[in-house]
Amino acid sequence: MGETLKYLLIIFGVLTVMMSIAAGLIWVERRLLGFWQDRYGPNRVGPMGVLQPLADVIKILAKEDWIPPFADKPVFILAPAIIVITVLLAFAIIPFTPGIAVANLNIGVLYFLAMSSLGVYSVALAGWSSANKYSLIGALRASAQMISYEVFMGLSLMGVVMLAGSFNLYEIVEAQRKLWFIVPQFLGFVVFLIAGVAETHRLPFDLPEAESELVAGFHSEYSGMKFGLFFVGEYLGITLISMLITTFFFGGWLGPFLPPVVWFFIKTFFFIGFFILLRAALPRPRYDQLIRLGWKLMLPLALLNIVATGGIILAAR
Amino acid sequence: MGTGNASVIDELKQKFGGQAIIPQETKDGVPTVWVENGLVHEVLQYLKTGSGSKKRFRMLYDLTAIDERVRKQREGQPESDFTVVYHLLSYDSNQDVRVKTAVREGASLRSITDIWPAANWYEREVWDMFGVRFDGHPHLRRILMPPTWQGHPLRKDHPARATEMGPFRLPEDKSMEEQEAMKFHPEDWGMVPPREDTDYMFLNLGPHHPGTHGLLRIILALDGEEIADSVVDIGFHHRGAEKMGERQSWHTFIPYTDRIDYLAGVLNNLPYVLAVEKLAGIEVPDRVKVIRVMLSELFRIESHLVWYGTFAQDLGALSPVFYTFYDREKMFEIIEAVCGGRMHPSWFRIGGVAQDLPKGWDGLIRNFLDWMPARMAEYDRIIMKNSLFKARTRGVGAYTLDEAIEWGVTGPNLRACDFEWDWRKKRPYSGYEWFEFDIPTAHVGDSYGRALVRVEEIRQSMRIVEQCMKNMPAGDYKSRHPLSTPPLKARAMQDIETLIDHFLNVSWGPVIPAGEAAVGIEGAKGNNTYYLISDGSTMSYRTRIRTPSFPHMQTLPMLAKGLTIPDLISILGSLDFILADVDR
Repeated sequence: MGETLKYLLIIFGVLTVMMSIAAGLIWVERRLLGFWQDRYGPNRVGPMGVLQPLADVIKILAKEDWIPPFADKPVFILAPAIIVITVLLAFAIIPFTPGIAVANLNIGVLYFLAMSSLGVYSVALAGWSSANKYSLIGALRASAQMISYEVFMGLSLMGVVMLAGSFNLYEIVEAQRKLWFIVPQFLGFVVFLIAGVAETHRLPFDLPEAESELVAGFHSEYSGMKFGLFFVGEYLGITLISMLITTFFFGGWLGPFLPPVVWFFIKTFFFIGFFILLRAALPRPRYDQLIRLGWKLMLPLALLNIVATGGIILAAR
Repeated sequence: MGTGNASVIDELKQKFGGQAIIPQETKDGVPTVWVENGLVHEVLQYLKTGSGSKKRFRMLYDLTAIDERVRKQREGQPESDFTVVYHLLSYDSNQDVRVKTAVREGASLRSITDIWPAANWYEREVWDMFGVRFDGHPHLRRILMPPTWQGHPLRKDHPARATEMGPFRLPEDKSMEEQEAMKFHPEDWGMVPPREDTDYMFLNLGPHHPGTHGLLRIILALDGEEIADSVVDIGFHHRGAEKMGERQSWHTFIPYTDRIDYLAGVLNNLPYVLAVEKLAGIEVPDRVKVIRVMLSELFRIESHLVWYGTFAQDLGALSPVFYTFYDREKMFEIIEAVCGGRMHPSWFRIGGVAQDLPKGWDGLIRNFLDWMPARMAEYDRIIMKNSLFKARTRGVGAYTLDEAIEWGVTGPNLRACDFEWDWRKKRPYSGYEWFEFDIPTAHVGDSYGRALVRVEEIRQSMRIVEQCMKNMPAGDYKSRHPLSTPPLKARAMQDIETLIDHFLNVSWGPVIPAGEAAVGIEGAKGNNTYYLISDGSTMSYRTRIRTPSFPHMQTLPMLAKGLTIPDLISILGSLDFILADVDR
């Protein structure tokens, strides 16, 4: 009984924390972008504008829940839910501290890859069901981009798995007690980071929604809370990728003096900040350039990383 | 100009016979000849390719028409209902020539689209505005007005004001008719039929789209993301500026010019007031010239800054637009202090400028000049040297120098093709010969080259502004010529004559002597020309505004063919057009 209650608490806790972070990020991102772009950002609602997400939610919920008459209704409604659900499910394997995680899966890495693959459905179905040409092009780009980058996102993690000798995220973190994997797996880290940006389709890889080209891409037809879900899904995605980078390459909760959970979130927020900075700093490549980068550079690098890591491990034996 | 004017006319007379070529005197000294309908095509072809002639007029600079039916003062000119005017430019000899031909009501003319592809849109415009048909035009349909429009707006019998027409009504059947007319049929737009094995996706980019910078519709025939064909639909921003020119007094039209290239403020006033001054024979004091140059260059900087930021934004970089707009605000501080206005200062006057410079103007300019260089260096780092930016712009939308000239491309877009040509240097006006500055060029006429030229132009304009600041001559801010409008207030209070003069010039507006003059300047986007015809009244008889964005926009389908949507956005941004400048 006590065990069940504990798990329920953890599940509920993780859900609450994740949703709050996603909402909070809306404010954080806008304030940070404002700071980097010589302007204020939202600073009216509550102290320093921290209640802005609340105002946004009220506004977005109060909007007319409109579905275009030409859209494929059930799929149109389902699509935004998929992204939030798959990303939230992926949080289940994150080890926040040695004791706090929803599931201690021994195939954690594979589970995460599976969930992120499912996320593609959200974008593809949203674009398809909208029956809008811009949405369609956005969805096509998203599918191609996410499928391509999925390949070496998985491959880039194989070095980590080899070093840790496990797919379990706990054991991956524990294996970093002596040395964070960022050092032996630097190449893997770079590939994973870039693939992560592409997975969350954030600038510079925001081609599926490239505003100046495709209006809003796959979610052009969405409004109200359905649009809100895509929005939340994006921030959840950033958080997820940041937490995974922390877990795979930066020793997860490991760190001196401070409690493990604090270390975990410090590292996570560092990468979230990096994601936002990317958006403030870079222009967007063209679609074919992105795909070319993926297959011609990222894939060989990921493979090279596996071969090198494997070779070194064998040699060390 | 000036030198060798006679020789072009002589050459034409020699070639086509003295009877066929009738010269006309104009106030701007551009050699102007009247030619029979049937001979126009041949004469233009000769002027362009000429048999061994060194003065090849390779650019069709402008093509427009004049409704002559109610014009009173046209001594020595052949009978005409509608006069079609071809304005050609020679880069070999830095010379213009104007060819006119008289067209009778209902008659048509042979199209010259086979000589210059750029004639396509111009002929469509003349058809749309005057109802002159062009035989052999590949696709003669309305360009600025909607397809359901009745009449031809620039005809003198077409109403100019809403009060001259009945109240607007949109009953059910008319509404349905308009809806029907909006239905899209690719063949109506002259689009290529798809190959047998492919089915194109037609994408409507615009009229409302974040990447088009205003109301512009581009119809794309897409094969995947590749652009198989595209058609530009303009006219959404058409406000009848030329028609308004015919019902405003010479003075009260100045604010309308501001709104043509709405980012370039007084740079629009300049060719207009210069043309009026040429008609009126006004010489302005040196101080006026330098003030005008200074303000014009500030607006060139402003226009380029807006382009810089928005171009980066088109390519996905979100931050630069905030930085450049911040700098633009700094520039506007000067403009506010000097003119009182911001984007539309309407500050130049016939014969001078509205007011003298305020106290402390030089300090403001000093601050701006001290502020900008560091910012420009930063933009170089974050935009021009950014490898993603380069990947998106290098080799995208390139044209050769020959193509550019063929299509009527001017300004920075022409200079990007490694061609050092700037009217501020080649035909100095308003005192530009007094200033030291370079003409930036780029080696490849692609999106990146066009960007390079503009960035460097900002620096050159700052040099000019600095020289203006350091060498501002003393003197009047307005000419003492009786046609200066409004006259200097201090001079109005002398006696009854000057008072009446002031009163009439302000209430009715000045009467500008009859004649024709065109003055072109190096605008922010390219060459901007006002071709004014006075019939000796308080209003212009014909105001032709030749804007750079119009021909630039026409090059888009050629540049975008075979590329993708992101490239199209990159090209659009790098062409630096203003839709009000396209549509007028």
